[in-house]
Amino acid sequence: MGSDRTIKWFLRGYVLLLFCFIFLPIFASLVFSFNSQRFPTVPLGSFTWHWYETIWNDPDVWDAVRTSIIVSLCTSLLATFIGFCTAYTDYRYNFRFKGGFLALALLPPTIPLIIMALAMLAWFAKIGASGQVWSIIIAHTVLTAPFAMAVIRLRLNQMDANLESAAWNLGASEWTAMREVIVPFVKPSIISAMCLTAAVSFDEFAVAWFVSGLNKTVPVIILEIVTGNIDPQVNAIGTFVFITSMTLVIIAQVLIMTREKKDAQA
Amino acid sequence: MSEPLVVFDNVVKRFGDFTAVHKMHLDIHEGEFLALMGPSGCGKTTTLRMLAGLEQPSEGEIRLAGQVMNDVKPHERDTPLVWQSLALFPFLNARENVEFGLKMRGADAATRKSKALNWLDRLGLADFAERPVDQLSGGQRQRVALARALVTEPQILLLDEPLSALDAHLVIRMQGELTRLQRELGITFVYVTHSQSEAFAMADRVVIMGDGVIAQTGAAREIYRNPANRFVAEFVGRNNILAGTISSIARGVAKVETPAGEFKVHLPPVRQAADGDALSFAISADLVHLTDKEPTGDNVVPCTLISEEFVGSVITLFLESADGTEFKAQVQERELANIDLKDTKTLYLSWPASSAHVLED
Repeated sequence: MGSDRTIKWFLRGYVLLLFCFIFLPIFASLVFSFNSQRFPTVPLGSFTWHWYETIWNDPDVWDAVRTSIIVSLCTSLLATFIGFCTAYTDYRYNFRFKGGFLALALLPPTIPLIIMALAMLAWFAKIGASGQVWSIIIAHTVLTAPFAMAVIRLRLNQMDANLESAAWNLGASEWTAMREVIVPFVKPSIISAMCLTAAVSFDEFAVAWFVSGLNKTVPVIILEIVTGNIDPQVNAIGTFVFITSMTLVIIAQVLIMTREKKDAQA
Repeated sequence: MSEPLVVFDNVVKRFGDFTAVHKMHLDIHEGEFLALMGPSGCGKTTTLRMLAGLEQPSEGEIRLAGQVMNDVKPHERDTPLVWQSLALFPFLNARENVEFGLKMRGADAATRKSKALNWLDRLGLADFAERPVDQLSGGQRQRVALARALVTEPQILLLDEPLSALDAHLVIRMQGELTRLQRELGITFVYVTHSQSEAFAMADRVVIMGDGVIAQTGAAREIYRNPANRFVAEFVGRNNILAGTISSIARGVAKVETPAGEFKVHLPPVRQAADGDALSFAISADLVHLTDKEPTGDNVVPCTLISEEFVGSVITLFLESADGTEFKAQVQERELANIDLKDTKTLYLSWPASSAHVLED
């Protein structure tokens, strides 16, 4: 009993420390984004919206935000579509090199980002496609499609193995069954995959930095701001990026969890 | 001369090296309740899936209403199936589930709704039409699955162990309802099950399958009393199966020498047999007589009691003869009142020669 309690408190302390390490810097950045002083030191100065106003009035930041939104939207649509197709292929078919196919499909996130970024840059330069918005979209799609696949595959595996056959049996052709049964069933995971891939794309720096050229995304512009000098604008942008990504990830997570709960009841 | 509704003509189904169904010939008639019964892996579900078009025969031909079905896609057939897992669409409510087949056939929304509600009402689910299916009980979900399959008014309904997930008391009720429904609709039901009680309670005709082959086809009573071969005798009912060699034949009665003793068996008229031939026969456990004093006459086996199984009015006793052959005897609970099971060392089993049923090999 005594040792049980010790372990329990130890684990609680561990989790608390972990969250501190993750969230304190972000929280600090959030606090300093409203701080009137130029340097991030305590004691704090007064509350201000000044840094938010600065970035609001900076056309470069606007451009970057616009690029980021376009890139992450397109990436999320493309990556989720590809992820869905791969997951469905895995669910439905058995073929000879399926193991290899799955390994390839899941490979991109395991490649070190810097290697991937360099390879992408070299490749795009070779085919004369570097520095375009759509080059970032392609690179991010490659990077995030495996996440979409993983999320959708999880959902497909929860599906009654006979559900699709049941639709055929009731007169649905294969395409109709896809539209009327498979897609509605995996819909929560599709939305979840879209949020997740959008969040990853919105945050991604290394690949975007190499490939983007003049079309800078938000993480790239952040680096540019920090390299010149210490500027609390960064805290403001950082807070904005953090909130956007967290919202997307939380939506994704909530969608996955409510489905699981409902399935557990059924 | 019109053909039966469904004909399996020399149908073979192989999965890789495994033959699931072997050279099957089966006629299914219009309006009959047919049960396909057998242990798991015997090919009964594969047979049903071939009829629904979910598997293609490797050889042979399946005809439905005279039309060769081998290459007809599942969605182009009218062979709705009630699945073991029910396979209801979890994102639709009860009514939308029932409407699915009609929607696929292009019926307009109003027709769909009225037909679906009609069926739900008929199966006692009128109040649950708008409920999500995951908020229905097992029995209610079962009915939704039935309504979904029947709403398109098919000629034939396929059922794959549909009651296996239900509680025992619900199974009995659903059996009654299914039989009634089949009579009322007058359509063909093909019912796959491993459960003898389900098959015997409902089916007009039972097909017993083993290892991809039809072992026997017939009415429940016929199969129960006259199992064609050892496989059926072992699978169906509680049979004592004995095998030995014929030592003599006189006026249609063979004396058979078995490890458990010598027994007299009535030979069926069609059976050709001679001295020295091997012969196996079955005696149903409920036709065996149990006494604690040695009876006079033939076909007596002294046994010791191994265990008993009590299920209410009927008790099954498991016994063993001196050579180790196992016997089963089913007796009424009240009959046992005269027999002292505890202190009696030796019990005697006996049966008239006419109760022994000769098995084909």
